[in-house]
Amino acid sequence: MRETSTLNKEEMVTAKTSVSVLFAGDSGDGMQLTGTQFANTVAVYGSDLNTFPNFPSEIRPPAGTVAGVSGFQLQFGTSSVYTPGAKFDVMIAMNAAALKANLKNLHYGGIIITDTDGFDAKNLKLSGYGEENNPLLDGTLKDYTVFQIPVVSLTRKALAETGLSTKNIDRCKNMFVLGVLYWLYSLPLETTVETLKTKFAKKLDLAEANIKAVTAGYNFGDETEMFSQHGRFTVAPADKKPGVYRRVTGNEASAVGLAAAAKKAGLELFLGSYPITPASEILQTLAGLKKWGVKTFQAEDEIAGVLTSIGAAYGGALAATNTSGPGLALKSEGLGLAVILEIPLVIINVMRGGPSTGLPTKPEQSDLLMAMYGRHGDAPMPVIAAKSPVDCFYAAYEAAKIAVEYMTPVLCLTDGYLALSSEPMLVPSPDELASITPVFSPVRNADDPPYLPYKRDDRAVRPWGKPGTPGLEHRIGGLEKQHETGNVSHDPENHALMTRLRAEKVARVADIIPELTIDNGPENGDLLVLGWGSTYGAIKKAVEQVIEGGCSVAHAHLRYINPFPKNLGELMGKYKKVLIPENNCGQLLSMIRDKFLIEPVGFSKVEGLPFNEMEIEAKITDILKEL
Amino acid sequence: MTDTRAQLTAKDFTSNQEPKWCPGCGDFAVLQQLKNAMADLGLKTEEVVVVSGIGCSSRLPYYVATYGVHGIHGRALAMASGLKTARPELSVWVGTGDGDALSIGGNHYIHTVRRNLDLNVILFNNEIYGLTKGQYSPTSKVGLRTVTSPNGVVDHPINTVALTLGAGGTFVARVMDRDGKFMREIFKRAAEHRGTSVVEIYQNCPIFNDGAFDAFSDKDRKADTTLYLEQGNPLVFGNEGQKGIRLDGFTPVIVDLSDTTISKDDLWIHDEKDFIKANILSRFFDDPDTSATFLPRPFGIFYVEDRITYEDALTAQIEKTQENGEGTLEELLRGTSTWTIN
Repeated sequence: MRETSTLNKEEMVTAKTSVSVLFAGDSGDGMQLTGTQFANTVAVYGSDLNTFPNFPSEIRPPAGTVAGVSGFQLQFGTSSVYTPGAKFDVMIAMNAAALKANLKNLHYGGIIITDTDGFDAKNLKLSGYGEENNPLLDGTLKDYTVFQIPVVSLTRKALAETGLSTKNIDRCKNMFVLGVLYWLYSLPLETTVETLKTKFAKKLDLAEANIKAVTAGYNFGDETEMFSQHGRFTVAPADKKPGVYRRVTGNEASAVGLAAAAKKAGLELFLGSYPITPASEILQTLAGLKKWGVKTFQAEDEIAGVLTSIGAAYGGALAATNTSGPGLALKSEGLGLAVILEIPLVIINVMRGGPSTGLPTKPEQSDLLMAMYGRHGDAPMPVIAAKSPVDCFYAAYEAAKIAVEYMTPVLCLTDGYLALSSEPMLVPSPDELASITPVFSPVRNADDPPYLPYKRDDRAVRPWGKPGTPGLEHRIGGLEKQHETGNVSHDPENHALMTRLRAEKVARVADIIPELTIDNGPENGDLLVLGWGSTYGAIKKAVEQVIEGGCSVAHAHLRYINPFPKNLGELMGKYKKVLIPENNCGQLLSMIRDKFLIEPVGFSKVEGLPFNEMEIEAKITDILKEL
Repeated sequence: MTDTRAQLTAKDFTSNQEPKWCPGCGDFAVLQQLKNAMADLGLKTEEVVVVSGIGCSSRLPYYVATYGVHGIHGRALAMASGLKTARPELSVWVGTGDGDALSIGGNHYIHTVRRNLDLNVILFNNEIYGLTKGQYSPTSKVGLRTVTSPNGVVDHPINTVALTLGAGGTFVARVMDRDGKFMREIFKRAAEHRGTSVVEIYQNCPIFNDGAFDAFSDKDRKADTTLYLEQGNPLVFGNEGQKGIRLDGFTPVIVDLSDTTISKDDLWIHDEKDFIKANILSRFFDDPDTSATFLPRPFGIFYVEDRITYEDALTAQIEKTQENGEGTLEELLRGTSTWTIN
């Protein structure tokens, strides 16, 4: 019988092009770890993927409650995957609260894998379902495919002979579920087994127990009758560019981007920073890169974060600071100083819901106008935005290049969604990275004419005079400076000239940035969807859908927000309408209206959640109807 | 290659910018002694950076012919900390005032002091806001009438030396703006100390707070109101050194040395390495004009401690991670875990 059923199951293998999975459980259930394991396995298997963790802002919220549910969402597929998926196809619910918190985002007819041991009276009560209302039994889940597995019991049985305590055995339950999922999606165990061996290299009994649990889960899939009706699934590897890959979150990518820029430029990287959600991982990652000579300075506050960086930049380092909205507000006076000193500085602002403390763990794009205009005086600086986790690397790198080569602070915008999402990154070779060329003024002799720290080149860029260099001794500061000499000047005409030159220098960055290109869709037509930042994936998918439906819609995505690409106005003019989806109340929209005197259609979402492709697709469809 | 340039003089440290302080300002004297000290120390103009915040005294960098940055209000120490961390080999001096360092920059002050970067901090304390025209400062005496305290200051003033010791300072000194030679020597000691050196200067503002320190500088009074600290010597003061300080347990007591039952051997011997004694000395903070039982105000070096600097500790960590060579760009890009798609 058993052989037959296995044979039957083998026959029933359904190929899928993409699958979105949610791992949900109590904060203590190890869902982030489990999700990460699954992500590594599909990555090595060759899928494209995108992940997003969703955890409570409290560190140890009450166990068993909806507030304590921790989730890890992931989409993997055969073609390019740009988002973790608007809704998921499969949900792992380790307890009743996990089910309750996430059921609304499961596709109709989707798969639920539950640990029935997490649906006892206590869990039902804490979850808010109530002791008498077990959703596994009362028909709540009749529209879904539910696999009820007594995970804790099976794990205990599988690990009975390990000699571990019950507490330690129960900690392996997430590995059992992971094994079931590997079986269900026809994925190999090797990546996880190897990781467990490394992770528990000094605790061999734990390594063995975890490996046993994941294997037991896999074998359970093989042996149980539970799946015989549905069989297994496969998702063929993606047709990815050959090469070496690593998985990065947006924050890791930002950090490595800065460190890589410093190496490429031959400078030392200095990061002055104060911890703030969701930006802290940039400081954390760089603090671990001392082998590459990176110096991090955990300052006493946000202001010291930017001011220590300004001091380091004056000293000739590639200096950076990272923060999120409230911290950017605190840094704004310092940024004005960086503008007038005309020194290189990268500011990475990982946007979150605001104002004030707002939604610290939730993404938003609502700092754009602050990045553009949030300083006293006329204080322009280049602003660029990353569109994906991997792109955070390139955005940080480019910000450093512009900062160093134009002697200016550069604001690089990412957000909480990109910061924590991960995806595979094709590792570039050092030669593929653009050159970064700092120009330090050379030593001067006593009989040379005096050094002019504010003598600009034909791009209006001043030289970098590094302390320690004989003959370049100069004094600069926040007071307005005389053209060329840099001496203090209150002369009215000089101030007008310097204000104009600072603006001109930033505007001239447009000379080196690429023109905006159409990401997808016709070169002219009915509608251009103009995005910036982390909306990329959702817009990309939505536009793909409507183009497939025969609509005349194109997608362009802005990386350079100040200055805009030179052809932006011309490009927008080729469409009847321009739609700008943003996770704010229309900030890019205001800028576009202001600069180009056109009336784009705005589409706002300020729910602390990224857009999903269906929302954008629906909006596009509405607009097209009115055209 | 040896540097064949001659030893520089104070003149070599004089920039081409004319100081724009008010006539009679105590800042002129500080500037002169700073340049003297830099010359005495054999520093070269290119290896020195003077950093400042905002205020009258924060114009200092413009007048010294070294590198210099004039920052924003309260942030001089943060800027100097970043600079020193990035470039430990530079000689970094900070010019800051009582408002800049202790009010708007108070947070940076305590954290810089505890980190112990090798910075030389010249804290110009005139007990008033000068540049903004005469408002009271965090060091103003209670009762001082200013434009923002027409009925007299009600805030209790900050005791800079006690604050600095409390924050973990490793070099704490106080000087009077008129004590040129003394200041020059203290500046040199501050520069030679490896760590954050704080030199508080009582600096007269002739415009908005003239005479704030007269009690300690008037010829007729200063012998009785001031106490000059000298390493290894007993604490004595008075016109003819006839008064001394003895420690009765933890309580300082003024004794009359003309009393034959008391000898100098009974007095408190100054030991700048003694943290407890430095803390007691820092509390010699009574106002001679209002206190009948005041102890003389100490000048000189209160405390010196050898403690590793922030930049040395960081450099040591970096060097340790690089024992087997510095990381390459290629390694950085690959990270710790990769896979290959063929």
